[in-house]
Amino acid sequence: MENIQDKLLSFSLDADGIGTLVINQTENSTNLFSEEFIKRYIEVAHAAIADDGVKGVIVTSGKPIFMAGADLRALLEDIPDKGAFTQTILEMHKGMREIETGGKPFVAAINGTALGGGLELCLACHHRIALNSTKIKIGFPEIKVGLFPGGGGTVKAPYLMGIQTALMYLLQGIEARPPKALKDGLIDAVVATEEELHTAAKAYILATPNPVQPWDNKKHKIPGGGIWTPNGVQTMVGASGNVGKLTHGNYPSAQKIVKVIHDGIQIPIDRALEIEARNFTAAASTPEAKNMIRTGFFGIQDAAKGKARPKDQPKYEIQKLGVLGAGMMGAGIAYVSAKAGMDVVLKDVSIEGAEKGKAYSTTLLDKAIAKKRSTPEKKEALLAKITPTEDPKAVEGSDLIIEAVFENVELKDKVTKETEAVLGEDKIYGSNTSTIPISLLAKSSARPENFIGIHFFSPVDKMPLVEIIVGEKTEDKAIAAAVDYTVAIKKVPIVVNDSRGFFTSRCFGTYVTEGMFLLEEGVPAPMIERVATKIGLPVGPLAVHDEVSLTLSVHIFESDPSEKSASEKRSYAMVKDLVENHNRTGKRDGAGFYDYPKGGQKKLWPGLKELYTPNVNAVSEEDVKKRMLHRQVLESYRCLDEGVLRSTTDGDIGSILGWGFPIFTGGALSYIDYVGMDNFIADCDAFKALHGDHWEVPQSLHDLAAAGKSIHDFGK
Amino acid sequence: MEAYIYDAIRTVRGKGNKKGALIGVTPVELARQTLTALQDKHQLDTSLVNDVILGCVGQVMDQGANIAKSAAQASHYGDHLCGVTLNRFCGSGLESMNQAAAYIKSGFRDLIVAGGVESMSRVAMGSDGAGMFIDPTLAIPGNLVPQGISADLIASKYGYTRQATDEFAAESQRRAADANAKGYFKSRISIKDQNGTDILTSDENIRPGTTAESMASLQPAFQMMGAMAGFDDVALDKYPEVETLHHVHHAGNSSAIVDGAAISLIGSEEAGKKMGLKPRFKIRTAAIDGTDPTIMLTGPAPATRKALKQAGMNIGDIDLIEVNEAFSAIPMLFMEEMGIDSSNVNVNGGAIAMGHPLGATGCMLAGTLMDELERRDLNTGLVTLCIAGGMGIATIIERV
Repeated sequence: MENIQDKLLSFSLDADGIGTLVINQTENSTNLFSEEFIKRYIEVAHAAIADDGVKGVIVTSGKPIFMAGADLRALLEDIPDKGAFTQTILEMHKGMREIETGGKPFVAAINGTALGGGLELCLACHHRIALNSTKIKIGFPEIKVGLFPGGGGTVKAPYLMGIQTALMYLLQGIEARPPKALKDGLIDAVVATEEELHTAAKAYILATPNPVQPWDNKKHKIPGGGIWTPNGVQTMVGASGNVGKLTHGNYPSAQKIVKVIHDGIQIPIDRALEIEARNFTAAASTPEAKNMIRTGFFGIQDAAKGKARPKDQPKYEIQKLGVLGAGMMGAGIAYVSAKAGMDVVLKDVSIEGAEKGKAYSTTLLDKAIAKKRSTPEKKEALLAKITPTEDPKAVEGSDLIIEAVFENVELKDKVTKETEAVLGEDKIYGSNTSTIPISLLAKSSARPENFIGIHFFSPVDKMPLVEIIVGEKTEDKAIAAAVDYTVAIKKVPIVVNDSRGFFTSRCFGTYVTEGMFLLEEGVPAPMIERVATKIGLPVGPLAVHDEVSLTLSVHIFESDPSEKSASEKRSYAMVKDLVENHNRTGKRDGAGFYDYPKGGQKKLWPGLKELYTPNVNAVSEEDVKKRMLHRQVLESYRCLDEGVLRSTTDGDIGSILGWGFPIFTGGALSYIDYVGMDNFIADCDAFKALHGDHWEVPQSLHDLAAAGKSIHDFGK
Repeated sequence: MEAYIYDAIRTVRGKGNKKGALIGVTPVELARQTLTALQDKHQLDTSLVNDVILGCVGQVMDQGANIAKSAAQASHYGDHLCGVTLNRFCGSGLESMNQAAAYIKSGFRDLIVAGGVESMSRVAMGSDGAGMFIDPTLAIPGNLVPQGISADLIASKYGYTRQATDEFAAESQRRAADANAKGYFKSRISIKDQNGTDILTSDENIRPGTTAESMASLQPAFQMMGAMAGFDDVALDKYPEVETLHHVHHAGNSSAIVDGAAISLIGSEEAGKKMGLKPRFKIRTAAIDGTDPTIMLTGPAPATRKALKQAGMNIGDIDLIEVNEAFSAIPMLFMEEMGIDSSNVNVNGGAIAMGHPLGATGCMLAGTLMDELERRDLNTGLVTLCIAGGMGIATIIERV
């Protein structure tokens, strides 16, 4: 056959009759698994099979990435005709299966990352050889966007890896380096160089003239046994148990993965692929998948690239960073910034304090080295970038300041003034406050237009979100600088306007107070905590409050002079009673809503039962669930309504990354569409009648509902 | 029309493991020996028997392909004898008696052998697979967990401690050992080999002298499973008000895994006349009820309430009760819910001491109860069992 060269792939034949098909989608930045591509791939492959001059085909990539997976944008829209959608998948399988059973060897020469659809393309080859490179990842990440492999991967993986290992890869979205993928059976060989890759692929083709896929081979035994073996039964029972435990039924695709394997592994492959296709259509139609693609994939991806920055501002370069305060936050900020290549001056009141802050980086790096995620050389290089000091003048020449001293207005005032004295007039001053309004702090600044809030979450090295707070006088240049900085340290920025508690602390706080109200109303404490995790929140509201510390809650209330709502007064009264009359101050003192026995598991404080008589029927489980989630969502909506939030996407991302709002809902604003805007409003109205004005729904949401709109139409 | 129980026979129970006495005896043979014993005892005109209904849970391998008909074949009662096998999990042996009674009451049949069989040494629990436990579309949304986790959930929810469940188990052993020594199990038969040599003459699992203290070192049986397979959390998701799942059950306070078979002869008044036999009992009523499948094993009380209502009776009208000791927590909860103490419950011990051959147990409990009601010269008895999937079954019998 003749050589081919088009916008999707190329094909050439060597003197030995070995064809090489190079995937090279010239119009895309990366190779994607699309309907257009697969059709073309099948066409070329079939032509090669039909040509007597072709002994076999090596499939490889002309780009650094072999193939990244499917184009998810197509799945954001509703699937209008599900039958036709399934049929399209089955048509693709027909073509791919003809390659598998065509009697000519196809070898995947995996010279770059092969994920999702890319890996499925490799599974439709008879042999898989990967280049041994730390840059190459092989796996099925679909579960992370609420899907599962729908191109044959779910059905085929167990034949190669065994049911248990396949379930692990599929359910956890494992992306393995080539040696691990080889060990686990996903690929057949690993080689050191591109040249060896080609040689090995060619050798396989010449040695294996008529290959049979494991799933077509009656003698093939599934590693570890099929479903109806003692081992298989145990695996399947455990799979349902663990999926139930980890997803609480909130992620439909996790269940479907187990289902497709359960139903499909027992029957011939072609019929099993039908099952996979029908389940995939159903999964792709779920609101959970669309939420995870919209917010979890595109939303976060765009935000991480700096979508929120003012467009007309030039990129703000940061070479030197001044961090004021070497406590836990300052130490963490110094670490992530040095890791991003910045020269960090870490300033504290004493050199000892500053050294201690730097030592935090040493600890993190030693741990990383122990886990083989870093090296002693990298450690030294990073530590060399952090200069501890007690001299306020040492931050001179910084491009950006991040102040992370105690939450005390007078102290911050002093620090602002002494720092601005040595800071360049055009440089930006950020404050990592979590509770004090930025506009108030900016009053200490001689240049409030350059003053901005850069709110980190604890622990800084782990938490991906940065909440950037715009004060009354903050100008676009400062916003651009804060966003550019956040992107540089590989975190995700959202930009919000100034308000008490900003966005995240304010909304998260309502979750904690609602948990207490439920307790006061007689809902058993274990029920509050369990229902919270069941609906996908990472930690129950009582446990979270212990982490934050009850003493701090009292302090925040008492130190804030503004007028308080009835709801705030109610929760304050409860916490004050716990702290002052019962000495329940929080986790740090080992006594909050929980007891924290040394070396043991935390246990709910038995005294709670005496303070708040538990009654399992006090509030229905459904209402416990709604009150904990709706309350956060209503507060998030108020932030949108009041202009604290600048977009629904920022609210969604902030809630998911900031305090672990369940991602399957799409985030704290998408949630309104997820449960139905009318249902949400009706529930809030009912709660208002029972529990008071903090359940008042703003008029603008009523208007949006009356117009039959989506929450994402807000302001449009 | 009334349905009468003319007799009930049960085999001794052998330990259901590779060292158990009865592992060499097929389940068909266990069932055959009960049928032959019944025939021999009464010089039964076997041409009068229409059908054999046997409960059996693991209906694969030795127990596959309708074991009731296999047993009928092996019995030499005659080619006319039909067989049907049913599965209501642990309630199977009692369900077969209830179905037989319903056939008699309807007039569709005259005389039926009804019981159950299970060789747990030869056909291991779970061998028959199951949608309910393995198909994720049932297991995950239903928060389904294995029985042992459900039993521990009951103990955790109702506050039954390790000590209390161990004490209950020790008492079961004490009662069974005492009844065994005194010869109260009069309808129990030995299992013999083809030469007529005894293989097992007494329930193999009874451990005289067992105390709560002697069980103290036994490790919880379901703790690892609950943690590793996620079942503790799956169960607590359904019962959020329970803070912690306490794994109190272990090999000593759960029913023993055993082999055994049991049958009863159920027929009309007319059939009795033809056989020349006097009925021992009549089946007054029978009921089933379904419950939440996660906690699963709470069915005995609601099924009992239904049966009592159908019979127009109160729990106080029942002289003796057999409630299956699948796990200590099951009879403990039953007694709590019904407001009764243990003086009239499982008076000769139960499955914790003697074992629970799944498909046979219901009929074994009925036979044990009949023997004891007659010995004490009492009238009314109740048999009830908890059942997988969240079911309960209860039958009330009365002396004739």
